[in-house]
Amino acid sequence: MSLLQLQNVCKSFGPTQIIRDVSLNIEQGEKHAIIGPNGAGKSTLFHLISGRYKLSSGGILFKGAPIHNLEPFEITRRGLARSFQVTNIFPLLSVFENVRCALLWSMGYKYSFWHFLSRQTALNERAEALLEEIGLFDRRNLPAGELAYAEQRALELGIAIASGAEMILLDEPVAGMSHSEAKSAVALIRKVTEGRTLVMVEHDMNIVFDVADRITVLVYGEVIASDVPEKIRGNPRVQEAYLGETPHA
Amino acid sequence: MGKLTIWIVFALVLLVLPQIFDSVLSLSIFTQMAIAIVFALSYNMLLGQGGMLSFGHAVYFGLGGFLAVHAMMMIEFETLSFSITLIPLVGGVFGLLAALFIGSFSTHKAGTVFAMISLGIGELVAASSLILVSFFGGEAGVSGDRTYGPPFFGIDFAQDDHVYYLAAAWMFLSVLCMSLFTQTPAGRMANAVRDNPERAEFIGYSARRVRFISFAMAGFFAGIAGGIFAVNYEILTEENLNAATSGRVLLMAYIGGLGFFIGPIVGAVVLTLINSLLSNYTDLWMLYLGILFLLTVMFLPRGLTGLLMMHRVAWQLGHMRLLLLPYTLTAIPGAVFVLGTIAMIEMSHAEETEFVYMGLALSPEGYGSWALLLGVTAVAFFFLRRTLPRLREAWSQANTLPRLQRHEDGHL
Repeated sequence: MSLLQLQNVCKSFGPTQIIRDVSLNIEQGEKHAIIGPNGAGKSTLFHLISGRYKLSSGGILFKGAPIHNLEPFEITRRGLARSFQVTNIFPLLSVFENVRCALLWSMGYKYSFWHFLSRQTALNERAEALLEEIGLFDRRNLPAGELAYAEQRALELGIAIASGAEMILLDEPVAGMSHSEAKSAVALIRKVTEGRTLVMVEHDMNIVFDVADRITVLVYGEVIASDVPEKIRGNPRVQEAYLGETPHA
Repeated sequence: MGKLTIWIVFALVLLVLPQIFDSVLSLSIFTQMAIAIVFALSYNMLLGQGGMLSFGHAVYFGLGGFLAVHAMMMIEFETLSFSITLIPLVGGVFGLLAALFIGSFSTHKAGTVFAMISLGIGELVAASSLILVSFFGGEAGVSGDRTYGPPFFGIDFAQDDHVYYLAAAWMFLSVLCMSLFTQTPAGRMANAVRDNPERAEFIGYSARRVRFISFAMAGFFAGIAGGIFAVNYEILTEENLNAATSGRVLLMAYIGGLGFFIGPIVGAVVLTLINSLLSNYTDLWMLYLGILFLLTVMFLPRGLTGLLMMHRVAWQLGHMRLLLLPYTLTAIPGAVFVLGTIAMIEMSHAEETEFVYMGLALSPEGYGSWALLLGVTAVAFFFLRRTLPRLREAWSQANTLPRLQRHEDGHL
């Protein structure tokens, strides 16, 4: 059974259909990329999976159970985490607090007001280890809003993976980065998603063909192809609809 | 200084204060401060910690206080029998119950929706308190007597200093609990939800539930403040739960500084002093309070505490002496400017033909006095502006790391 199953997913805003009858299976351990021209509905699809938007029709199953009627926090608790295209952190909290907050639920603290955070050794050690992993240990006491852009992106990723989710959705994780920043970001993504299922939306074709095992092409809300990278490259419909338009592909 | 030391010093200060300032007036002011501190800190759990702007926090203070007075009456008529020292807790429990009920629908959203609901609830409760006479006592309010009930180690709370110590003990306990709350997962997630409610949902937390918990806690401690108020004044009226009281607690938290735990404490102390001391000198004290609030919002977004905390870098670098002279040079024309402005405000308000201000006999009806004040104030303003560049330069110097300075020196 696939880890994530999208069954005839449709989403309309008023009369406009953004997602048209998308069916897609994502297997355990897969590194899956979703590509498509601007306005194809890639981010909308992420919002539907993660519960930010509700479906107009269809269904989404995660580990065999429907999740399309759940609130975002319930979906996260089931092991499906995500990052955002526009950096979405806790700007006034320190970098350390950002990561520690992201760990709290998965470590079972819930809404506790009887544990003192400073005394939770296991929690604090994991937060520090995660900061080491994303390369922000030296910045841990800085308010997150004061980090440089690439650092905020790394923190964004750190918050997404903190919960130890089985499946991670990354929405344009290297958008707006310089070439060298993007390169190290990709190395970081590879490292931290090791052994997990990854679905990412990305514009940079080099990165997509580098990271992904399988690629889905979305055009005007419809899946026109979903296959291994070599087959996608050779697919005439994809070339016509998408790759032909982007000079850097 | 360790955290424990701070708490011990705090407790000692509370114990010793009435020995140093032992007049009836100062005792009364200290008790008012204790009430204001608990109330302002509870308000900051909403606004500063949780990002919920409430215009109706007096509801929980007042409802807690009203129930506390009723509990005192029950002790008096021997329906109940427990020590008067527990009255603040009665207020707290009722504040909590009220907050659990109202919070169950008001914390769905933060921002404007929350603010409007709090305003509506505030008006609703204040209006009904005048109608539901049996519980709220109408315009006269309800009153009790704190000297009944079993004495507490021989103390019957007939004296003011007994009441002060009761208030101080509850205040200390409340401040400690509220400070500890900020160190817990629920307390820290309140900050996270304040910063970014959407992302909080994507790390597994319901923003609504997090806000609800903070809201309930804030109601509980506001109720405790109301309970201490009930013990101290032995009367509660509609005034204690209306919009004016809600507004005052907002001013305290804001002027003190929302971003710091001690901010609302500073605000509560300063506003209590303004309220009880400045009002002896001028009828216009509310105007000055309003001006202070405006200036804080415009120039000190982090409040009075933020103003102090700004000096942390200079202090750590040992550069405070660099600021001493520029501060003095700015303070002299600054003080003259402020006093001159106040003189003109007071003079325009004065009803007598002679108006004595700081030993100076002024005549509100003659042009001479006006010209004098206007002249002095204008000259002070001119000099005040002249001193500012020097102050700015000293400020940046005091905040420059020594390493960087040596570097510059080397090049010179």
